Amino acid sequence: MIERFLVQASTYAGSIDGIITLVFVLVGFWFLAAEGIFFWLIWKFRARPGEKSQYLTGKEKHVKRWVTIPHALVLVCDVFIIIGSVRVWYDVKQRLPEADTTIRVIGQQWAWTFQHPGPDNTLDTADDIFTVEDLHVEVEKTYHFRLESRDVVHSFSVPVFRLKQDAVPGRSITGWFRPTETGEHDVQCAEICGIGHGIMFARIHIEDADTHAQWIAENSNSAAQ
Amino acid sequence: MADTAVQVEHDHHGADAHHGPTGILKYIWSTDHKIIGMQYLFTGMFMALIGGYMAYVFRMQLAFPGISVPGFGQVSPGEYNSLITNHGSIMIFWVAMPVLIAAFGNFLIPLMIGADDMVFPRINRLSYQIFLISALILLASLFVEGGGFGGAWTSYPPLSAVAEYNLTNLGSTLWLTAVALEFVAFLLGGINFIVTLMNSRAPGMKAYDIPLTAWMIVIASVLFMLSVGPLMAGAVMLLFDQTLGTGFYDPARGGDPILWQHLFWFFGHPEVYVVLLPAIGFVIDITATFARKKVFGYKIMLYTAVATAVLSFFVWAHHQFVAGIDPRMANVFTITTLLISVPIAELLFVMIATLYGGSIRLTTPMLWALGFISTFLLGGVTGIFLGASGADIYLHDTYFVLAHFHYTFFPIAIIGTFAAFTYWFPKMFGRMMDERLGKIHFWGTIIPFNTIFIPLFMLGGIGQHRRIYNFEHFPDLAEPWMFTLRQIATISLVIMLLFQLVFFYNVIKSWISGKKSGDNPWKANTLEWTTVSPPPHGNWPPDELPKVYRGPYEYSHPDREEDYWPQNEPA
Repeated sequence: MIERFLVQASTYAGSIDGIITLVFVLVGFWFLAAEGIFFWLIWKFRARPGEKSQYLTGKEKHVKRWVTIPHALVLVCDVFIIIGSVRVWYDVKQRLPEADTTIRVIGQQWAWTFQHPGPDNTLDTADDIFTVEDLHVEVEKTYHFRLESRDVVHSFSVPVFRLKQDAVPGRSITGWFRPTETGEHDVQCAEICGIGHGIMFARIHIEDADTHAQWIAENSNSAAQ
Repeated sequence: MADTAVQVEHDHHGADAHHGPTGILKYIWSTDHKIIGMQYLFTGMFMALIGGYMAYVFRMQLAFPGISVPGFGQVSPGEYNSLITNHGSIMIFWVAMPVLIAAFGNFLIPLMIGADDMVFPRINRLSYQIFLISALILLASLFVEGGGFGGAWTSYPPLSAVAEYNLTNLGSTLWLTAVALEFVAFLLGGINFIVTLMNSRAPGMKAYDIPLTAWMIVIASVLFMLSVGPLMAGAVMLLFDQTLGTGFYDPARGGDPILWQHLFWFFGHPEVYVVLLPAIGFVIDITATFARKKVFGYKIMLYTAVATAVLSFFVWAHHQFVAGIDPRMANVFTITTLLISVPIAELLFVMIATLYGGSIRLTTPMLWALGFISTFLLGGVTGIFLGASGADIYLHDTYFVLAHFHYTFFPIAIIGTFAAFTYWFPKMFGRMMDERLGKIHFWGTIIPFNTIFIPLFMLGGIGQHRRIYNFEHFPDLAEPWMFTLRQIATISLVIMLLFQLVFFYNVIKSWISGKKSGDNPWKANTLEWTTVSPPPHGNWPPDELPKVYRGPYEYSHPDREEDYWPQNEPA
């Protein structure tokens, strides 16, 4: 459903959209059923002169089941949603697949700084490339990110990946993503972080192997000189 | 037990009647629960106007970025943050809570249980006075140097704790002080509600004869008392971080910012049910009256409310799935969160089932009650998306969340209040409200409400994140059709606010020249309708306090000619 408005650019974007669609279908059914019955009852039992209401306590078995059966069905739907949700969650947040490259993402008031590993593909070496507001990644490579904050709580949000993770000062939080499609998209800060929260934007550039290699070559040279 | 309590209270009142304040002081220094209820009601409504004005200003900025908003001027990023922060704080702490719990709790609980006043009338007066001071402090915080606090109503440190980060040194301290004082006021009020319900019931009123409104307000008060303690401790620590230089939430000095989030949401989630339960109470009472039906399963209703309250203590971390908590914890909280859908669905099923077999009269209060059910349903089901951890990774902190909780809070705080206000108005002022104006106001509120928040659901679905003062900065969010959706929401808001004029006109007109209502205009069963409208100090003549012979919902009983059977009428 979401994919009709926003491309799916990571391996897990599809499964997150999938769980959203599953919930949409299940709760959509309940919502429409409940609203339908609700408005039907208002129409059916509208006041008519001379007609008295029925005296029902809700204890009668034949009436009570109209509440107890849906009640049990809601629980069954919950179980499906829980199973689907936990599976997606495990894939995105709990497991950590082997990384091809590790980057560091640093939030501060009010900009994102990205530390790319440079030609040696190792973080925290002399050839690292630091950029502000532009994250360059290569398509079909698995990335680990180390998420840090220099001041307040920020949240690293990449809608096309369906990824979101808060950056907490004093911690380094590791997560992963694997881009599946080239393109250029928004990176947001999704946690209010002061008066500049609204201008804390960045762009992610998902590039094919050649373009990315060229970008690394160009930028790490100038950084070393 | 009940007999003695009533007796003690009664003596106390005899004394108070002689030495009580007179003249204008009667209205500002009274210990009469009805006057205190009105004080809370009108203060809450005044704050709602301010909260609504704030919403108007920042919605204008969102729909038409950079515009000079009529009645405000240009909105700077700092002002924008302060407006959204204080809109949220005001609507929850200074509108929903005072109106739903304190105003109607004060007005209704003694009347519904046949008591002449609260058990602790002076504590009750103190409760309102502290509340008033908290409201004044909050309003003052908007005008100090640096402006009002802008760190969102959730007030996450280190942003809220460090002046260099939030740039509102005094504003954030005043905001926090106001919130803490407001909690003190509600603790005092809550103690009163609980003790009064336990001790001052009319002779013959057993636990299952108490009207659900009174039960729900008391369950909400218990829930509030049990959940607010940790946040009070947290607020004091935050105040020390702000003013004394401690480091409870400062990681550089061994503190932890996430500690605050746990303390806040441990209170913050039960808080949703604190305001929900009273609204459910009003709606079910009104539905029973105007469907001329016994409530479908009184005990189911009561026990599911208790179950919801208990479960609400185990779901708080669903606000923190992506906040940096241990990812394994999210699985536990997904399960507890989705389980809470079971009692909530049950509450809604019971309300809908009450309509079955009824004889439904679509009066203004009934329209509001039905409006609550139909809109709250959408608020309820959209919560499932956010409770499911996998979906929440994407939807967290987007406008989807915002639209979801407005679809819960608006029905609770606004629709629920209008339902209760229009239903009990005749008891409060002895006059009927104008039905035609009431219906115009109803449709003029409920239709724009939906056209405000349905576009916001869509914008949240495409990833629009919250608390951004100008979406032009985000290329993916600056498409013209997205601005069209934002403008639909804003224009709907303006229309909805304008329709509130109809309400205020109706209140004033009906108060002055409405048709005299008599004691029991709706032919309802509960005890508040057995006294005169408006009830005098002491509620009933001292020797005529009502006795109770049956439950509150004996409508259309087969053994009776009349379709209602007041609780106090001997068999």
